[in-house]
Amino acid sequence: MWLTRPLQERSTQIFLGVLFGALVIVSALHLFMPQDSALYVSSYTVTLLGKYLCYALLAVAVDLVWGYLGILSLGHGAFFALGGYAMGMYLMRQIGDRGVYGDPVLPDFMVFLNWQELPWYWAGFDMAWFAFIMVLLAPGILALVFGFLAFRSRVTGVYLSIITQALTFALMLAFFRNEMGFGGNNGLTDFKDILGFDLRTDATRLGLFLATGIALAIGYVICRGIVTSKLGRVSVACRDAEARTRFIGYRVERVQLFVFVVSAMLAGVAGALYVPQVGIINPSEFSPLFSIEVVVWVALGGRATLYGAVIGALLVNYAKTVFTGIMPDAWLFALGGLFVLVTVFLPKGIAGLMSRRSKKDDTDTPSAQEATA
Amino acid sequence: MGIIRSLSQLLLVCCLILPAVAAAQVDDSEAQQLLTALAESSFKEKKDVVNRIASSGDERARPWLEAYGDNKLARIESSGEFVIVLKNRGRDWTVESAITGDNLGEISRRDIDTIRVNNALRNELEGILSVIDLKSPDEENRLTAARALKGSVDDTLAERLPEFIAAEESDAVQAALTEALAIYRVEEQGDVSAVATLSGSLNSEARAALQQAQNSDDPALAAAAAKAMESIEQKLKMNRAAETLYFGLSLGSVLVLAAIGLAITFGVMGVINMAHGELIMLGAYTTWGMQQLLPGQPGLALILSIPAGFLVAALAGIAIERTVIQHLKGRPLETLLATFGVSLILQQLVRTVISPLNRTVITPDWMSGSVMINEGLSLTLNRMYVIGFALVVFAGLMLIMRKTRLGLEVRAVTQNRAMARSMGIKATKVDILTFGLGSGVAGLAGVALSQITNVGPNLGQSYIIDSFMVVVFGGVGNLWGTLLAGLSLGTINQLLEPWAGAVLAKILVLVLIILFIQKRPRGLFPQKGRAAEG
Repeated sequence: MWLTRPLQERSTQIFLGVLFGALVIVSALHLFMPQDSALYVSSYTVTLLGKYLCYALLAVAVDLVWGYLGILSLGHGAFFALGGYAMGMYLMRQIGDRGVYGDPVLPDFMVFLNWQELPWYWAGFDMAWFAFIMVLLAPGILALVFGFLAFRSRVTGVYLSIITQALTFALMLAFFRNEMGFGGNNGLTDFKDILGFDLRTDATRLGLFLATGIALAIGYVICRGIVTSKLGRVSVACRDAEARTRFIGYRVERVQLFVFVVSAMLAGVAGALYVPQVGIINPSEFSPLFSIEVVVWVALGGRATLYGAVIGALLVNYAKTVFTGIMPDAWLFALGGLFVLVTVFLPKGIAGLMSRRSKKDDTDTPSAQEATA
Repeated sequence: MGIIRSLSQLLLVCCLILPAVAAAQVDDSEAQQLLTALAESSFKEKKDVVNRIASSGDERARPWLEAYGDNKLARIESSGEFVIVLKNRGRDWTVESAITGDNLGEISRRDIDTIRVNNALRNELEGILSVIDLKSPDEENRLTAARALKGSVDDTLAERLPEFIAAEESDAVQAALTEALAIYRVEEQGDVSAVATLSGSLNSEARAALQQAQNSDDPALAAAAAKAMESIEQKLKMNRAAETLYFGLSLGSVLVLAAIGLAITFGVMGVINMAHGELIMLGAYTTWGMQQLLPGQPGLALILSIPAGFLVAALAGIAIERTVIQHLKGRPLETLLATFGVSLILQQLVRTVISPLNRTVITPDWMSGSVMINEGLSLTLNRMYVIGFALVVFAGLMLIMRKTRLGLEVRAVTQNRAMARSMGIKATKVDILTFGLGSGVAGLAGVALSQITNVGPNLGQSYIIDSFMVVVFGGVGNLWGTLLAGLSLGTINQLLEPWAGAVLAKILVLVLIILFIQKRPRGLFPQKGRAAEG
């Protein structure tokens, strides 16, 4: 089976081992250390780490399409945010009559805007199973439609990057509108509980952190399964020589569409886990800057390695937390510098530095001829 | 005395260089006489004096009569000097001289004699004041006054208007007066013959009068009014269409300006420069900086900013090309990321060095204001300048690419680098110059944009996606395509706006482009032949 094959790989075993080890250690330090101990991990830190893990999952999703399919998506933030909004809508409905206005059905912002009833697309989000399916479906369907149109007419390379960016930009503008029914500027917030657990308790936070870790592990294994399968090899072939693959007889656009949709769904899951931990989702997640930032995490970690994406996401976001804490002005300088330095001096990222096996073909960047075609 | 006085007056006239106005002035002593007559005559005679003042053509006549009607025209007992009371509360009143207009400060109210007025005179004054400007020697003043009369003509004025119309020399003023009279006739008298005059008028008062007439009991009047309204609606529709087109073209020319530099760097050279927006921003900030350097001369500063903005942006662009882009040749996706990083750095640089807040760039006088096409349509000047500027920049670029040695070399290098080099073209030099040119044009766009939007660190960011869309939509590597794409996208956006709202219109345009690219991945005017294979 394609999903179990990665589990026999040494690299996957190491990755999963490190990940689960980290999860266990963090939980143990959080639960069993006295609060004044230097080793104690506060619930704030647990949530922060959970947030990083969401980003890591998103980065893995981006690496899947960029690293193994050669599609630089500058719109993965859109899929992340759509998953987040699906989760946010569920959490909104869970508030029930505990909102400021106390309306049993309508969320606060709708009462504020004088809406009389729930828009049709909010129906069903009071049920967890429906919301969780939508977390996968909403980004999945968008990716399916968008990808179908784009890949069918063979839009690739830079053009695809630019229109994915336009896509997320258009969605951002749309979600900023109050009339859309997603809370406009402020987005969705003030969540109370998830599946009956109070979101503000330490136990729920730890649970969400662990769930995110497990989701990352599953996402990693799925991606690894895809890239080691025959489909994965075809997709690498599409990346490196699209025309040649097509002439051999593969339906390139189908491969691209499949991988793209899977990646979008993973991004959606990451968004869904992100929302209960940070407690808010608003249209800024759609901003082109965020999407392109994700790409740089992957570039820093090392493209087409998957674990590199995780490393990149964790490193950059840790740096962001530190930087914005001590000198907020310098963060954009650092981030901008990172973009330049990584692309110019570190084309293979940190993973490229670490592994000496760079002879392997799949870490090579696509040939210049293909990239500009 | 008399000679000296008239000599000094002549001198004054020469100094002011306002002979037209001065000629209309009555002599100061004559003015004093008129006012004395007003103060000392009986109410019966006062009416006559008021009319004499009004027909004197003096530009001070209006303030005098207005003050008189408000009980504010007065004489200082001791000196006999006439004053206009500015503030008549309390013990001391603030006054200014009625003759010279000098502020005389505060004077005890006991020393001031107000010139008496009664209600009959007030009515008379009202009638006189409404037409006093129609007697002004300046045609501009008469026109403004005539326009202001529309919808506010009353019975007494209506009787007097025909004589004004007959005496009027200017056609425009005459037309305005006729229309004002026609509005009165339609509104108050239900005069069918007057309706024809209003047909096709864009004045809102005229429309209101016709609307009212449409509902009148007189079927002939209602029918005539309905017909006139129809012609007005037709004209209004044309007006709206013209206005939308104008706004569309102006938005489009902004897009063209923002994208045309990109059409060079991205379209012709194939370099994805995400920092293009920030080069635009640098151009805009150069304009701001120039105005800081030359305070009080915004026009000169703006003109100087055109070369300065070009240079600043071009140098910045060349620096980006040398430090980053040249190392990433043939790796477009990496170039995209690296230049995006550069754009972040430039934005933050502006925030840190200058300010995170928007800066105000002053619009020089000759660029502000608007041109009135007709009463329903006036076009703002600054946008007209931007449209013109965009076309000039476009024509200039076209010339450079088509007619100069540089243009030839650029085209050669982009088509086949190796071959061009073996023909002796210094490809690196061409790269630098081309990138500098594209970046410089971005700077020019910034100079233009500083006149119509806020100049802030995010200025560039808001244009980068649009610019790429324009270039891709128009067909990469085709300057004409960029021009057409920019103008048409701007117009489409404006067409959608009335019924979709600004944000939704923008979203719709983006979706349209995304769909369009699916259909024609290489834009409106795809490159053909060898260059297409890049």
